[in-house]
Amino acid sequence: MHDLSDAVSTALRLVASADPAVVQVVLLSLRVSLTAVAVAALIGLPLGALLAVSRFPGRRPIIVVLNALMGLPPVVAGLLIYLLLSRSGPLGSLGLLFTPAAMVIAQATLITPILAALARQVLEGLWEEYAEQLRSFGAGPWRAVPTLLWDGRFALLTVLLAGFGRASAEVGAVIIVGGNIEGFTRVMTTAIALETSKGDLPLALALGMVLMTIVLAVNALAQGLRDVSARWAG
Amino acid sequence: MRAPDTILPLQAEGLGFAAGGVQILRDVTLTIEAGPPTFLIGPNGAGKSVLLRLLHRLLIPTAGRVSWSGLPGEAARRQAMVFQRPVLLRRSVLANVLYPLRLAGLARAERARRAQEGLDLVGLTALAGRPARRLSGGEQQRLALARAAALQPEVLFLDEPCASLDPAATRAVEEIVAALAARGTKIVMTTHDLGQARRLAGDVVFLHRGRVLEHSPAESFFAEPETREAAAFLRGELVW
Ligand SMILES: Nc1ncnc2c1ncn2[C@@H]1O[C@H](COP(=O)(O)OP(=O)(O)OP(=O)(O)O)[C@@H](O)[C@H]1O
Ligand SMILES: [Mg+2]
Repeated sequence: MHDLSDAVSTALRLVASADPAVVQVVLLSLRVSLTAVAVAALIGLPLGALLAVSRFPGRRPIIVVLNALMGLPPVVAGLLIYLLLSRSGPLGSLGLLFTPAAMVIAQATLITPILAALARQVLEGLWEEYAEQLRSFGAGPWRAVPTLLWDGRFALLTVLLAGFGRASAEVGAVIIVGGNIEGFTRVMTTAIALETSKGDLPLALALGMVLMTIVLAVNALAQGLRDVSARWAG
Repeated sequence: MRAPDTILPLQAEGLGFAAGGVQILRDVTLTIEAGPPTFLIGPNGAGKSVLLRLLHRLLIPTAGRVSWSGLPGEAARRQAMVFQRPVLLRRSVLANVLYPLRLAGLARAERARRAQEGLDLVGLTALAGRPARRLSGGEQQRLALARAAALQPEVLFLDEPCASLDPAATRAVEEIVAALAARGTKIVMTTHDLGQARRLAGDVVFLHRGRVLEHSPAESFFAEPETREAAAFLRGELVW
């Protein structure tokens, strides 16, 4: 009990004083997850848009697989990327294992299917509504993609936030490919997981508070976006 | 030799459309010529909206064909349609009018000029910056009309453009339709307002249960309809 209250007050002090160790871990977390979201968005959003407007044999199965991949366990994503990047793996020569780049790849792998599947859902509804009118204007499915991405912008931002939330909160993938190396690949979730077991409760708690704050902020932002979106959707 | 610079006349030959196991339109043969507005009238569910979609090539007929004159590919660019339920983009009122002008490949200055003209035409200039989907039903319909008119199509399909308009707005839209027609735009429209059809129509196509029962000049249609169904419809007694 005594330990716990000590730990909490130390944690609060670490956060309040912007302790360099904490700040470093938080910044690396943000950098890794934001980069992963950017990479995943570049692949996932156009993929989702194309699936929304196109009709080809095999489209259904692809959508089923994509939806299933939304639930891909982080440790499995981590394991896959580990195998790819490990010294004897196909991309081993790049020497990326246990670097922030490997963590970005792992998180991007994890959330690309999420972004693609959610974007597909959002944009398919929009396409159903717009298709006839756009065809009347002479715009077929391909020309419709940029229109849909723009008109679905608020919903898609919400999708990106969901991806960011998932990336920044996961631990399984980054711990496998990053290794929680202090000052180099240690991020909030891996630090919490490992420092807790080593008994460094104040650091774990401080990072936990920051992580919670980020999650709350992301959700508040998503709510705000939904309100703006409703205004334009009428 | 017909003048090369027109997509009219528009011809439908033996046109049929079936969906979900139901024959919605059958055996529609029809020629729509340049001139005053052509009105499609008939009871609810007669097939007016489906016929407009077939003519505008949004639906593919299950029988027969639709043909335009002029160069292939020209026809699609030179027609526009306002739907019974307008579909507005999640953008501002002005951006909605600009959107198809951009697709049509017009230069920026020309787009701005036409969009401005279009909004003036329907009295929505003051609302140019508003989110289009927050407009009232009638305002949305007028916006859809402005958007189509700004394209300056040769043929303009209007599916009940006055359905949710107040009397003043209805009169305004009628004036717009008359002005467009006077300028040489071929209007093909549906309405349930028989007074409006009398005021504006050059010829009338009467549809009933998926068939064209009559196609005659407006005057003779209203004075002495040829079929029992049309006579009953005009008396307000039909029958759907
Ligand atoms: N895609 C479709 N699948 C099945 N039935 C359809 C489809 N589209 C239209 N219908 C049916 O075809 C009939 C004609 O529809 P349409 O919309 O053309 O009627 P309308 O003459 O425009 O009627 P209203 O005056 O009420 O607008 C209706 O019974 C409608 O339910
Ligand atoms: Mg209709």
